[in-house]
Amino acid sequence: MRHNFRTWPLLLILSLVSLPLIIMYVFQVVDSFTAPKPGSLIPGAVTFENFRFLWETPDPGRSSIWQVTFNTFVFATSVAVIITSISMTAAYALSRLNFPARGFFLGGLIVLHGFPTVTLIIAIFLILQFLGLYDSLFGVILVKSALELPFGIWIMKGFYDTVPWEIEMAGVQDGASRFTVWRRLVLPQVQPGLSALFVLAFLLGWSEFVLPLVLAPGSDAQVLSTYLAALIADDSKLDFSLYKAVGMFYALPVIFIYLVFQKKLMNIYGGGTKG
Amino acid sequence: MQLQLKNFTKRFGDLTVIENLDLTVNSGEMIALLGPSGCGKSTTLFAICGIHRMDEGELLFGDREVSDLPSQKRNVGVVFQNYALYPHMSVFENIAFPLTIKKQSASDIERQVNEIAELVYIGELLKRRPAELSGGQQQRVALARALVRKPDFLLLDEPLANLDAKLRLEMRSEIRRIQQETGIAAILVTHDQVEAMSMCDRIALMDAGKIVQFDQPSVLYTDPANKFVASFLGNPPISFIDPIVDSGALMLPGGLSIAIPENISAQSKVQLGIRPESFGPQFGTGLPGKVCFVEMQGREELFDVLLADGSLVRSIQPAGSGINVGAQIDWGVAADNVLMFDQNGARL
Ligand SMILES: Nc1ncnc2c1ncn2[C@@H]1O[C@H](COP(=O)(O)OP(=O)(O)OP(=O)(O)O)[C@@H](O)[C@H]1O
Ligand SMILES: [Mg+2]
Repeated sequence: MRHNFRTWPLLLILSLVSLPLIIMYVFQVVDSFTAPKPGSLIPGAVTFENFRFLWETPDPGRSSIWQVTFNTFVFATSVAVIITSISMTAAYALSRLNFPARGFFLGGLIVLHGFPTVTLIIAIFLILQFLGLYDSLFGVILVKSALELPFGIWIMKGFYDTVPWEIEMAGVQDGASRFTVWRRLVLPQVQPGLSALFVLAFLLGWSEFVLPLVLAPGSDAQVLSTYLAALIADDSKLDFSLYKAVGMFYALPVIFIYLVFQKKLMNIYGGGTKG
Repeated sequence: MQLQLKNFTKRFGDLTVIENLDLTVNSGEMIALLGPSGCGKSTTLFAICGIHRMDEGELLFGDREVSDLPSQKRNVGVVFQNYALYPHMSVFENIAFPLTIKKQSASDIERQVNEIAELVYIGELLKRRPAELSGGQQQRVALARALVRKPDFLLLDEPLANLDAKLRLEMRSEIRRIQQETGIAAILVTHDQVEAMSMCDRIALMDAGKIVQFDQPSVLYTDPANKFVASFLGNPPISFIDPIVDSGALMLPGGLSIAIPENISAQSKVQLGIRPESFGPQFGTGLPGKVCFVEMQGREELFDVLLADGSLVRSIQPAGSGINVGAQIDWGVAADNVLMFDQNGARL
């Protein structure tokens, strides 16, 4: 490809700026596979010792990594399922149906979309406690889904808005009910948005830290982010390499998902316009 | 089947878009709703197919009152301006969609889709997606989908607006052929007079939410009800001049006088409409002026002639007259073909 500007200065600047990040990632990987040598940048011998958490429980008091991973997976998947299924219907209503107080809901969506959710945490805590859902994975799933819903609905509304109005009218003329029109004619056209939203919501759930930390501190509902935090919080025996290995383990699915679904995720930033 | 729209009124909020409109379409007939942009053509069409609710009036299909039926139960086929094909379905699935909704058997569906595809000449395209079709082909698919469930009426909203000039010509006769072969009464919405005149049995000319005249194209052209009809139809358009009324005759600038027919009572002010083909050297002399613009149109030449009183009259002549801009001419008018209007624009 030819450009109307020289590319190497641009590449140089981009490389310099991303260098610290790259160095961090490299050491993250290297350190997790080597024995630490205090005070030296050059890594020691290659070892899998740091990954021993995969087959043994490090301390008696800590849950098994597999239990925690399972929790995280359940958490992220449930959040993704809830957000996608509610956004899929709510966004259609907001985009197409003329119902009372539509303006109010749209406005509310924008406000909540940018709302600093941490400020709500005390109220949420009290509500969960009242409902008996405090310190349960289910409670955190509900809270996380609710907080991310405005984002999902907003994205999906963008996709629905690009579907031509005439397609629905044509469907109705062809004799189909509004529901059939939505399911068979409209939904297939926002499908790229739906799958992107599902992946994104899964990643949001996977990386959530504050909500599980505050709302489910017990060990039964522990997820990978809180597990990791507990590792550093434990001053008694600080093991940076172990910490880095767990970090690797935690980040791998994210990297994998990004690699596989790159194209789909880009859809969201295109606002639903198909390229 | 006959379609009757009686006393139809449509409002959007406080804005009355259509007021007390009456329209009758006879069975097998194709009519045009013609009019300038924003006059309410689409609104009328959408009321007939049930997308818009009617605020007042009633709609009859045959003797069945359908005003309160939802779109799904009205059995009209609609072709939208942008065709509105379902992009994720193949051509076959698009055409079959109305039948699958009716839960017909697969073999029935296949037979009917093939039949209709033959009729609109898209038999070889059934496996493609809409995005892989040309504009004219998409148009044919949209027609096929509208026709496949044998609708009582076919409604077309500016079906040719998105096609290029050559395709438009082709699809004009195609749509007419298909309409006549199926015998389904059709309503064509358009703002293109040529389309309306060439395709339809009758034209309902609309202006600001009212039907101004509803008749055969030739009647609309030669016998317009008022000045709006006269000026809307005809290309190049008709020209108007203001003659002086003097003892039973109209004095044109330049000295030509036209007798006012006896059946028309003398008015203080009359407007004359002269079509381009009624003004030229073949009609003698009497209306002198200066040629201020010449437009070569291939077979014909169009002249804009500036008269002594400053009004402009157009004339269309066979090419090759050799008359250039600036020439002084003295041409005549076919007095029998001039149209007279009173000061409110009503035909005299
Ligand atoms: N949903 C609506 N809400 C408010 N006003 C509307 C609505 N739809 C149409 N109108 C108004 O009604 C009038 C008639 O509109 P309509 O679409 O029927 O015009 P049209 O004759 O089809 O014009 P065009 O040739 O441009 O398609 C216009 O003045 C338009 O602004
Ligand atoms: Mg219109």
